[in-house]
Amino acid sequence: MIYTPVFGAFMKLLFALFLAIAAVGSSAVVSAAAADSSFESTAVALGTASFREKQALVERLAAFEDPRVPQLLAALLAGDLYRDTASGALFVGKEAPALLVASGAATAPSGKLRKVITNNSLRSALRPLLAATRLRDADAHVRLQAARTLIGEVPQALAPTLVAVIAEEQRPEVRRALRTALATLQLADADAAVRSDAVRVLADNNDKQILTLLEQRARQEQDPEVMAALTEAIASLQAREKWFAFLGDLFFGLSLGSVLLLAAVGLAITFGVMGVINMAHGEMIMLGAYTTYVVQLMMPDHIALSLVVAVPAAFVVSGLVGIAIERGVIRFLYGRPLETLLATFGISLVLQQLVRTIFSPLNKSVITPDWLSGSWQINGMLSLTYNRLYIILFALAVLVTLVGLLRKTPIGLQMRAVTQNRAMASSMGIRTGRVDALTFGLGSGIAGIAGVALSQLTNVGPNLGQSYIIDSFLVVVFGGVGNLFGTFVAAMSLGVVTKFAEPLVGAVLAKILILVFVILFIQRRPRGLFALKGRFVED
Amino acid sequence: MAISSQPRLLSDTASRCLIGAIALMLVVVPVLNLLVPADSALHLSSYWVSLLGKYLCLALLALALDLVWGYAGILSLGHGAFFALGGYAMGMYLMRQIGERGVYGHPVLPDFMVFLNWQELPWYWYGFDSFLFAALMIVLVPGALAFAFGWFAFRSRVTGVYLSIITQALTFALMLAFFRNDMGFGGNNGLTDFKDILGFSLAAEGTKSALFVASGVALIGGYLLCRRVVTSRLGRVLVAVREAESRTRFLGYRVEYYKLFVFVLSAMLAGIAGALYVPQVGIINPGEFAPLASIEIVVWVAVGGRGYLYGAIVGALLVNYGKTWFTGAFPEIWLFLLGGLFVVSTLFLPRGVVGLLQKRRPRQPPPPSRHVSAQAEEGAR
Repeated sequence: MIYTPVFGAFMKLLFALFLAIAAVGSSAVVSAAAADSSFESTAVALGTASFREKQALVERLAAFEDPRVPQLLAALLAGDLYRDTASGALFVGKEAPALLVASGAATAPSGKLRKVITNNSLRSALRPLLAATRLRDADAHVRLQAARTLIGEVPQALAPTLVAVIAEEQRPEVRRALRTALATLQLADADAAVRSDAVRVLADNNDKQILTLLEQRARQEQDPEVMAALTEAIASLQAREKWFAFLGDLFFGLSLGSVLLLAAVGLAITFGVMGVINMAHGEMIMLGAYTTYVVQLMMPDHIALSLVVAVPAAFVVSGLVGIAIERGVIRFLYGRPLETLLATFGISLVLQQLVRTIFSPLNKSVITPDWLSGSWQINGMLSLTYNRLYIILFALAVLVTLVGLLRKTPIGLQMRAVTQNRAMASSMGIRTGRVDALTFGLGSGIAGIAGVALSQLTNVGPNLGQSYIIDSFLVVVFGGVGNLFGTFVAAMSLGVVTKFAEPLVGAVLAKILILVFVILFIQRRPRGLFALKGRFVED
Repeated sequence: MAISSQPRLLSDTASRCLIGAIALMLVVVPVLNLLVPADSALHLSSYWVSLLGKYLCLALLALALDLVWGYAGILSLGHGAFFALGGYAMGMYLMRQIGERGVYGHPVLPDFMVFLNWQELPWYWYGFDSFLFAALMIVLVPGALAFAFGWFAFRSRVTGVYLSIITQALTFALMLAFFRNDMGFGGNNGLTDFKDILGFSLAAEGTKSALFVASGVALIGGYLLCRRVVTSRLGRVLVAVREAESRTRFLGYRVEYYKLFVFVLSAMLAGIAGALYVPQVGIINPGEFAPLASIEIVVWVAVGGRGYLYGAIVGALLVNYGKTWFTGAFPEIWLFLLGGLFVVSTLFLPRGVVGLLQKRRPRQPPPPSRHVSAQAEEGAR
């Protein structure tokens, strides 16, 4: 194409014309809404406005006292607001549109429904506006949430409303959150005294966001007094942040320890109490995890319940497999620990291959129910994820149940009798073979339960068990064989040490160091942390 | 199984048969490969030469394990670590031999170091350009690790299953360490792309046959050495340790030194096996440290028959041939078979294949460890 100056000028002119028409058109919309400044017309204008105009419109909308305002803003923020292309009326939801703002007489959508779209800057403007509309909500919880949302994001225009709301508010925790929100705004106030007050209010909060705000302010603060207050507040917040980070790490470490405990506690029965080296223990865990998978396949509509069903199912599946192994193989190898080790290792290979053949070698995805996802926000600096919290509780529950079973029930008494003196137990009429099978089944069943818990944390695949077997043995040996309390202490301390060593040296090196540490420890104390004393120690 | 009660003639016949068979292989295989023309039915391809050489290396490894397990009663589940360390020492020599022929053409640094932007050779790679130094390291590194490990373990009387589990933890820790890129051993990929050894191209048929012969010679040498050890007075003490460690100690023997000696010797043999294995397969990677690899060695010995030395060799050759055949023909049932082999050999073949062949001889006592230690265990319960 031949590009001539004349042609270029012509194109520029066309473009300018186009811009002008567009500008007139859109300002016409805004001015029309301004002229007729009722809530309905402003809201309807939202449907066709550009992003920048929407920003102005939502600010005006927020100022209306209309009860539909929160609903409108929330729907817009959630991307759930639709405009009827024919009438211009606004609806919430697409599948079952509910009329929010009527335009004309229409109550049902007559044309196509078009989503009223938003962008990032519009959404971040919407959030505080929406929160502001909820500051006078009847529900204290909603008010608290709204106040928290506002922290650090208070628009200047909202300051008088906030002051008024603080004066009205009865609940102390809501008032505190409101004052904090206001203080984040006052941090940039022209009056130095107001700034100092704001800093003092903010210093009381355990929140990373506030620490960032204070640090930002410190960079541009001129007044020496305010600066001193800022420095002090920042120091105290940083100290608390460290403390909460420590608590968070401790919690994470304990949850890692609980995973270890769950994996090892079954082994503490089969290895620790019976003295059987069960290398197929990891595969019992794997079977438990696959049981969870199968249970979820069978009840896809009740995922929330699936774990509750999976726990006993996994116990039964792994327990029965364990009993079969004991009756089929291990029973012939008592007193020959090295041979037991080899035979059970062979069994573990067979079980792995079996799972590969049945379920494919690929990892299976086990769904995490809703009640396990999410986290418990304790304050702005510490939040505990529910899955880790539950696993700690679950591990403790399993341990306590097991100890109770061994100490308080007749079968537990028989189990302890057989492991302590088989010949004597047998002459007292205990069927030692049956007790052996049951004990082994119990240990394996608990491994299966561990598998249910692990399916929520790691990938469920044929190699799941292998990655836990060495750790489990180390935990049991470290804690002292035949000692459930030792297993508990060993698992928890190894978990916590792992977590604290990881940031220092990296995950893999931490693992290696822990292995080396346990190896060295066993050299020093071959019988573990809490060694059994007495005549049955020597084997 | 105990040497003192075993008829000398039988074991010597077995030794002679075994050494004869290996020596025959050492002559026949290179001849069939190099001298018989390629279109002849009798021609043996280079693939088979390397494969057989590989088997011989693994047999040497099994022999090393039988020395500690069969005679001193130390069930090491980490012998693969010594094997792999020997292999890495050889691999480092072979890497240095590549020189400028690597992909990046760097005169000193191996390819993976150039790829990771390393500026100079780490100190522990120095000296590996010399074959003599590498050969020294092939025995010294596994020996030193075995010495350090055994020194602590045997002196603090960690025995039996505990020892097995910490040897497994040892090889697991080493595997994790060697998987790391910043260890300087090629991380996940290990060392590979070797070009030549002592100036001879690894791809040449002559080199392959030479490596095969070297493996066979090492196996025969290792066998004679182990035989010498177990028939000596020291060997009898080792058997005593295996049967009743505390009693041997009460008789005044420093049990830990006997165990330490045999453990270090075994680790060195395993290192040599690894060093001969690597140029024949052309790669060494952290997978060799995997606990499963180590425990597989145990099954070779168990299948062949523990405590005969030649049993370990027979077992290694049988199981590895089976593995090659099955993983080729029916890959999905190999693990079923291997697992079944563990169970069957411990339940029904306590003395392995070799023991099965000797069953008809009435003078042969059953393996003592089974009854004696079982009773001892029962008594202790």
